[in-house]
Amino acid sequence: MSWTAIIVLAVGAYLFKLVGVLMGDRVKDGPLRRAVQLIPPALFCALILLQTFERDGELVVDARVVGLVVAVAATLRKVPFVGVIVLAMIATATCRLVAG
Amino acid sequence: MAELAPHKRNSLVLGAAVGMIAIPFGVLASTAGLSLAKAMFMSLFVFTGASQFAAVSIISSGGSPLSAVASGLLLAARNSLYGMRLSELLRPLGWKRVPGAQLVIDESTALALAQDNDERTLEALWWTGGTVFVFWNIGTVLGVQLGDVVGDPLVYGLDAAFPASFVALLGPLVREMPARVAALAGSIIAVAAVPFTPAGLPILLAALGVVPALLFTRPSAAT
Repeated sequence: MSWTAIIVLAVGAYLFKLVGVLMGDRVKDGPLRRAVQLIPPALFCALILLQTFERDGELVVDARVVGLVVAVAATLRKVPFVGVIVLAMIATATCRLVAG
Repeated sequence: MAELAPHKRNSLVLGAAVGMIAIPFGVLASTAGLSLAKAMFMSLFVFTGASQFAAVSIISSGGSPLSAVASGLLLAARNSLYGMRLSELLRPLGWKRVPGAQLVIDESTALALAQDNDERTLEALWWTGGTVFVFWNIGTVLGVQLGDVVGDPLVYGLDAAFPASFVALLGPLVREMPARVAALAGSIIAVAAVPFTPAGLPILLAALGVVPALLFTRPSAAT
């Protein structure tokens, strides 16, 4: 990967962040403002599912599902943050170990 | 650690967990022929895990630099939406928003918005963003230098850490009906889009989940 490509990517990725941060407060009250506030929950929930079921542009079911189920169960049982992460990792790793 | 407030402690935990994922990034970058300097430059200045992985995997599988950059940018675009949400809180910071914007990523935004007051929201944003930044860059160097010594990170279930942490953080964000509708609709749209769209687009399309939320629910008095 050339330096040019890397620099273009770096500048572009940073500008996305900066433009959002600087322009967002121009959104005044109204439906647009409510939309902006509802976007993070929509994206985070979608990210959870994509990170669990997507691999190389396809939907697959693999050991990550076990991690997700354990994470949901642990969260509902009020397990502390660290515990949720560690339990999900152990569950996924164990599943892979057993399945070979 | 015991004296740290929970949101700061959680920031460190999330930063460390996510930072480990930079090790396989470093390994992949090295396999794709990137020098240590290039890999480090990416982690310092692109600083968006999904973009970095996508760009480098396209290069390593023989794709063109143009498609690598395009894919990386598509995956970075969602940070703009996070910035818009955080914008109002960040406005009093003035010029500090210019360097600070670099730390607006999935993890820092999620931990920030899971807090229940503005002060903790900002602290969680900087602590998480900063911790991820430090660990992400250390992980990148280790990955490039150690190469395959660390083995396959999937064996340790590393890829389960990110979704699990978001599960743990989602609760406070979906207390109200409009947010629940947005989350549900956004998830359905994103998952349905996976087979038909390039990487990065499904997550952007998830933002359309706010449309049914706005149409079919009443505004709450709070926000």
